[in-house]
Amino acid sequence: MRVLQLEINGDAREVAAHDHWTLLEVLRYSLGLVGSKQGCDKGDCGSCTVLFDGKPVLSCLTLAASAVGHQVTTIEGLAPKPTGTLQPVLDPVQVAFNDCGALQCGFCQPGMMLSARALLNTNAEPSREEIHQALSGNLCRCTGYTQIVQAVETAVARIAQGDGASASNDGAAGHSPPDGGVPA
Amino acid sequence: MLRLPSFQLEEPKSLYAALVLLAEAKGEAMVIAGGTDLLPNLKHGLFAPKLLVSLARIEGFVGIEEEPDGALLVGPMTPLARVAESELVQAKAPALAQAASLVAGPQLRTQGTLGGNVMLDTRCQWYNQTHFWRQSLGYCLKKDGTACHVVQGGKKCVAAASNDTAPALMTLGATLRFERLNEKRELPIKSLWSPDGIWNKRCDKDELLTAIRIPAQDPGHRGAYGKLRTRESIDFPLLGLAARLTLDHEGRVQDAEISGVALAARPSPVRGVADVLRGTLPGTAEFDEAVEAAAQLAYKQLRPLDNVPGSAWYRREMVPVLARRTLQAAAKGEGPVHPL
Repeated sequence: MRVLQLEINGDAREVAAHDHWTLLEVLRYSLGLVGSKQGCDKGDCGSCTVLFDGKPVLSCLTLAASAVGHQVTTIEGLAPKPTGTLQPVLDPVQVAFNDCGALQCGFCQPGMMLSARALLNTNAEPSREEIHQALSGNLCRCTGYTQIVQAVETAVARIAQGDGASASNDGAAGHSPPDGGVPA
Repeated sequence: MLRLPSFQLEEPKSLYAALVLLAEAKGEAMVIAGGTDLLPNLKHGLFAPKLLVSLARIEGFVGIEEEPDGALLVGPMTPLARVAESELVQAKAPALAQAASLVAGPQLRTQGTLGGNVMLDTRCQWYNQTHFWRQSLGYCLKKDGTACHVVQGGKKCVAAASNDTAPALMTLGATLRFERLNEKRELPIKSLWSPDGIWNKRCDKDELLTAIRIPAQDPGHRGAYGKLRTRESIDFPLLGLAARLTLDHEGRVQDAEISGVALAARPSPVRGVADVLRGTLPGTAEFDEAVEAAAQLAYKQLRPLDNVPGSAWYRREMVPVLARRTLQAAAKGEGPVHPL
């Protein structure tokens, strides 16, 4: 066992871990960051996706020790709680997923949204094909992907209009379709 | 939940330190690059190394450089995503950029490396399974058992080479540099493969792949990669074909080559492709006929087995389809080809 100095969601975290522990195991079971899901645990499903220096990786196939010196962003870091508040500020991608009903069971959603965020970080105006490509490492067994792609397109359109968080934190309103937010 | 077995991890910062670790481990260590092949295999109980030597922090192992003679030198830890997106690779070695772009999904291309893809373990649907599954089956030739479930009565493991970049690198005439403590050698990638699915490489397990060199190609070089897979992402190839055409100053085919993967233990070149295509001009009926003849050569010579998902019959019927489309894509400077 060794002590790892990790940088998770901008915070310095110190955690003791065995060499054979994965980053996903440390996130979920040592740090309580259970937003990253443990799905297939062997690199097929993408539900454990986290951002590693801004790029999407599978935390189930990343050794915890190899994360030392890298910036790790989990779904919890996508909606940071500003200092002094308990209310998270949702990322435009999260708002759009909520508004578009881009989930059923929700298990794939953290990975989907982080893959979408990674895409938008490098490509502000992705085509539908580029969205398909960027999300191709994330499996959803419920929705058929239509609303997921629609949600990413909605987020893109809203960010372009400068109102990415316009419907933020209105979670209870939930699954109503966006008002004209979906590009043709 | 799939747990990794217990092991010690070392993350040397220099090549020398890594070579020392591997030498001292006397075969008890395994090398981990991106981990996208090794870690699932460890979780499935296919290996039980005492020590993992990570290459992730070795200086100088990531990068794509152009040498003065126009050759490309790729560090073994260069992520597949970077190989796929590199304008240098796209321009000088299109088949490699295309093959790298079709390996698995975005996350695995961020993590997986070119060196790791070259050194990928062979795959089989009877082998890449959990211990519980394999035990229920009575194991197989490649791991713990005595029977092959692909070839009834077979005494030789036929697990499939499944590295997309291997046939691309073969058509590019790449050479690999292997090192161990006080020893260094260069090996053409075409000479790397052996027909043994248990270990399909003619290098020792304590040798470290330290560089991949792609020689400068002829100005008339054209290349493409075609991949058959179940989904349009994530999957290992059900069949992969790389094609190369070298055109002369008139635009006619001077030389040509096809190599395939996901067949048996080694990636295989197709013999006689250059002979049927030589002298033809892409875009003409004569070229199309020659491409068809080359596709038929591939159909005769490349025989997929029931080692990876997708029936061998279907994959074999797709051989000429993929060969034809990949050759045409190479001629047009297009690709990659992925028909699903």
